[in-house]
Amino acid sequence: MKPSANRSLISRFVRENATTMTLATIFMAVLAVFGLILGDRLLSVGTFQSIAFQTPELGILGLAMMLALLSGGLNLSIISTANLCALTIASVLQFTIPWGDAGSVLWLTWQVGAVAAGLAVAILIGLLNGFIIAYLGVSPILATLGTMIACKGLAIGLTRGNVLSGFPDPIVAIGNGTYLGVPLAFLLFVALCVFVSVVLRRSSFGQKVYLVGANEKAAQFSGIHVKRVLLLTYALSGALAGCGGLVMMARFNSANASYGESFLLISILAAVLGGINPYGGTGKVSGLFAALLLLQLISSALNLMNFSQFLTIAIWGALLIGVSALRSGTGIFDRLHLFEFWRAKSAVSENP
Amino acid sequence: MTTFLELTHVSKHFGGVRALRDVDLSLEAGEVHCLVGENGSGKSTLIKIIAGVQAPDPGGSIVLEGREHARLDPILSTKSGIQVIYQDLSLFPNMSVAENIAIGSHMGLPRLANWNRINDIAAKAMARINVNLDLETMVSDLSIANRQLVAICRAMAADAKLVIMDEPTASLTRHEVDSLLRVVNDLKNRDICTVFVSHRLDEVMEIAERVTVLRDGGKVGTFDASEITSRRLETLMTGHEFHYAPPRPGGEVAEVVLAVRNLSRPGHYEDISFDIRKGEIVGLTGLLGSGRTELALSIFGMNPPSRGTIEVSGKPLIASSNRVAIASGVAYVPEDRLMLGLALGQPISANILATVLDSLAGKFGLINPAKRVAAADDWIVRLNTKVSDLENPVGTLSGGNQQRVVLGKWMATKPRVLILDSPTVGVDIKAKDGIYEIVHRLAAEGVGVLLISDEAQEVFYHTHRVLVMRQGRLVSEVDPLSSTERNLQEEIYA
Amino acid sequence: MPKTIQRWTRSHEFWLLAVVIVLSMFLTAATDSFLTLQNLFDLLTSTSFAGILAAGLLVVLVFGGIDISFTAIASVAQYVALTIAKTYPIGWFGVFFVACCTGILCGLFNAVIIHKVRISSVIVTISTLNIFYGLLIYITRGDYITSLPSYFREGIWWFEFTDSNGFPYAINFQALLLVVAFFMTWVLLNKTNIGRQIYAMGGNEIAAERLGFHVFGLRCLVYGYMGFMAAIASISQAQLAQSVTPTTLIGKELEVLAAVVLGGASLAGGNGSVFGAVLGVMLIAILQNGLILLGVSSYWNQFFVGCVILLAVSATALSQRRRHAGLAS
Repeated sequence: MKPSANRSLISRFVRENATTMTLATIFMAVLAVFGLILGDRLLSVGTFQSIAFQTPELGILGLAMMLALLSGGLNLSIISTANLCALTIASVLQFTIPWGDAGSVLWLTWQVGAVAAGLAVAILIGLLNGFIIAYLGVSPILATLGTMIACKGLAIGLTRGNVLSGFPDPIVAIGNGTYLGVPLAFLLFVALCVFVSVVLRRSSFGQKVYLVGANEKAAQFSGIHVKRVLLLTYALSGALAGCGGLVMMARFNSANASYGESFLLISILAAVLGGINPYGGTGKVSGLFAALLLLQLISSALNLMNFSQFLTIAIWGALLIGVSALRSGTGIFDRLHLFEFWRAKSAVSENP
Repeated sequence: MTTFLELTHVSKHFGGVRALRDVDLSLEAGEVHCLVGENGSGKSTLIKIIAGVQAPDPGGSIVLEGREHARLDPILSTKSGIQVIYQDLSLFPNMSVAENIAIGSHMGLPRLANWNRINDIAAKAMARINVNLDLETMVSDLSIANRQLVAICRAMAADAKLVIMDEPTASLTRHEVDSLLRVVNDLKNRDICTVFVSHRLDEVMEIAERVTVLRDGGKVGTFDASEITSRRLETLMTGHEFHYAPPRPGGEVAEVVLAVRNLSRPGHYEDISFDIRKGEIVGLTGLLGSGRTELALSIFGMNPPSRGTIEVSGKPLIASSNRVAIASGVAYVPEDRLMLGLALGQPISANILATVLDSLAGKFGLINPAKRVAAADDWIVRLNTKVSDLENPVGTLSGGNQQRVVLGKWMATKPRVLILDSPTVGVDIKAKDGIYEIVHRLAAEGVGVLLISDEAQEVFYHTHRVLVMRQGRLVSEVDPLSSTERNLQEEIYA
Repeated sequence: MPKTIQRWTRSHEFWLLAVVIVLSMFLTAATDSFLTLQNLFDLLTSTSFAGILAAGLLVVLVFGGIDISFTAIASVAQYVALTIAKTYPIGWFGVFFVACCTGILCGLFNAVIIHKVRISSVIVTISTLNIFYGLLIYITRGDYITSLPSYFREGIWWFEFTDSNGFPYAINFQALLLVVAFFMTWVLLNKTNIGRQIYAMGGNEIAAERLGFHVFGLRCLVYGYMGFMAAIASISQAQLAQSVTPTTLIGKELEVLAAVVLGGASLAGGNGSVFGAVLGVMLIAILQNGLILLGVSSYWNQFFVGCVILLAVSATALSQRRRHAGLAS
């Protein structure tokens, strides 16, 4: 009898998606609580639509952070990458002459080209990160710290801190338009979630990312090209950060070197809340998605209750600690238990 | 003789695993006591309990210098003069020799550090056992043997009354072992009790006054050294009488799957040449530091040799990376299974398929989930492993089953040459047989196996011939059918 | 003796010193105003804040931890101390006492969370950064304090020296605090047993635990010390700026971290020296100063700092790799 047939489908589904289901339950509970307090200020189509508008930029950045975390690292440069990408797109749009007349295919191609240029920059930064981390052996925190400062510095140097604004309608529509009532940005976000999820769960690359994050040395020994995996991981992380930048500039109709700095903490919070192990090796996109929606719900509710934005970030900080505390008691992060077990067996090792 | 430490009814379990079962042990001042047992017998756990790092399960008692305790703690143990020198030596690589030796004087209430006193303590400790190392050297720059001396000096500086050395000879040359044994004698003359934990029975018999044998977490017995032979100890340690098992490959000479010629890497090994034929299990043994693992890693592509050639099934292998070696059909099961062989938090299926992900991938690099499940299932069945759910983290399996997963991972690559580095370390005695059975089956299927092991017995009884390395060179070859185990041990320890 | 010198020439600090010297010589040649007393004096004064923070962060890194929340701690300490000083006549001693107590308390908060929750100090301190800062601005509504006590306005002015142009120089408040901070850290790490225990923890935490080190106590000390230094830095900054502006201190955390890492401290713990940290801070300060004197727009400052960080961490990683490869054979 094959081992895989031993568990019924339902119990397996529940167990593999425990985090997402917990978050969904919490979402309902929070909705109920805030709904009682705020009534139809919260429970309106308008609120849900605004949640759907606000989630994508943070969400896509969360995907970027998630990839780095899964591989056992951290990407502190996602915001700077996003901004630099946005500024690149903005510069192309503002400083080159538009192709064709407004509304024509040529015109659209020009904008697609601008976006492509921005994404190329984002991917380049990602490759730089990946190279420094994988091939030079620098720790991810330090490497992405360096690129973060350098990218932000580059952006400030080129723009002198100015804001670039005023973009063609199709670009603005990405951030503010809707299709059948659902914001286009949200659709883009969902599409990217599906893409990343497929890559992680079904592709050989995705499986390698998990293995590298779980135990880099063992992955190396198994014949996995760890350097290449890390390079691609950070390149993909950069690309996603770039998409996040696109959505940000589309929503605000402007680009600047310092946007979105508060997103860094929240992206880590969303990842940890969503069940992603900050040390690497485990985590699913569905968990991140659920965590993001929950955070956005709380954020909107707090906003409606006129909570100061500063009180809100203090709450995020406390929440990150709280969630991590809960997680470190559960099986996923029970490294301590496994470590004890290992010490008891005390394997012989040649190199002390 | 006064009893320094007495343990009664000590048990310990971790999760579902019984590390120790109802063990009694008494240690006299000034005696040289050896604690022997295979890996996984509970030796390390017992030591940790004596050191106070672990607490025994309720019900046991520890009487230290006349006073009874339910458990010890590191500070109490240290104050009472218990010093443990762990196998990893517990040194601080970023600090100097002097500071490592005199680290004890940094403990206690905050105060200014007295550097003169530190150097003084270190110098005196070194003098006590005739060691001469530069006090200022960073420990990270020292050889393993010298680091061990630093660790022993530290115990001296701490006014030890009981020194426990966990596998101290594992990384030493014969000459260094002799020095160490002299040191142990010095300790004895100072009325310091030494507990020597080792599975190298010849060294044990040279120095021990009493020997305690552990097996599978329980105590087999405590014996006077004069009343027991190393042969008998082996039997007690393993619970088996060994008899020869593997079949000879048929009359014809099979093709050579691995040909190594004049392989050299200065500092690691020198001028190594040997063959492995299809279906042959070749043993490779020698003291640690003999270059065995370095040689294995070179064949596996992770330690480029400076001279010599390697051929796999007749084709030359320029092993610049392990990926190249794997593609040529070389597989390597590392000694440190937990750190190098498995991703503990990942599912069993992910671990088994780690080596063959690219070959499972179809269009766009995507893997069909059904195909994946089928492949993983297949290996589990072939390995005869009982697994309740393939998606459980591999860390939940027992040591023996974990090793099977590692083996399965490598079998999936359909290797021509399989290198096993100490494959039964940390595996229950009963599970070891299962592993050997898989290895024999692989050989019967035509894989050439290189079995590297610390344990002379293991290579003697499970291989077709044994190669012995010493200090980087291949010094002899022993044929199990025509030689004796004693012979092999003499070759190793000569 | 020769062996010690030989060892030193291969060390991180030696190379860093060489870079600083070369950079300084270049700037002296390329600009008229770099190597002037006035410029160096200004440089010292303006680097005080980051330098004192570096002196505290070094200890955390040697321990094997990391702290990103110190700018928030500084903001809180500064605000609390000077709010109280506005209303009560607590004098210099009172200001320092209140600020340091606040800073130490925040640091202890970090230590307790890191120890009990058992997650990486990066995540904990990113959280506490937001908790401290968020609560501060929320409660104070972003108030500035511009009316400081009179003794605060005067600062200190010791050993005055007037140069040929009639400009007066002296050891001022900022310089004094900077020197005191580095001196204290030097004493802690090199002359006290506790400091050596901190090095040991960073070098091999498992061994330290086995030996019976009081891990929690050390952790509290280390993060508390960081809080203490953050408080001192905040007073230095307040005196220089003659105002308390909570929102301006935030943002420099990662640059201070970069300076200390540049100086040779690794994220894994166990290495780093005061001399190296000083050099690291100097390098970044001189670099930024030099850029301004060379006429490069200040908008490019951060970019150059980022590039230097990338180059430095890459070079360090490469040399470590080479060293390990060398030892292995």
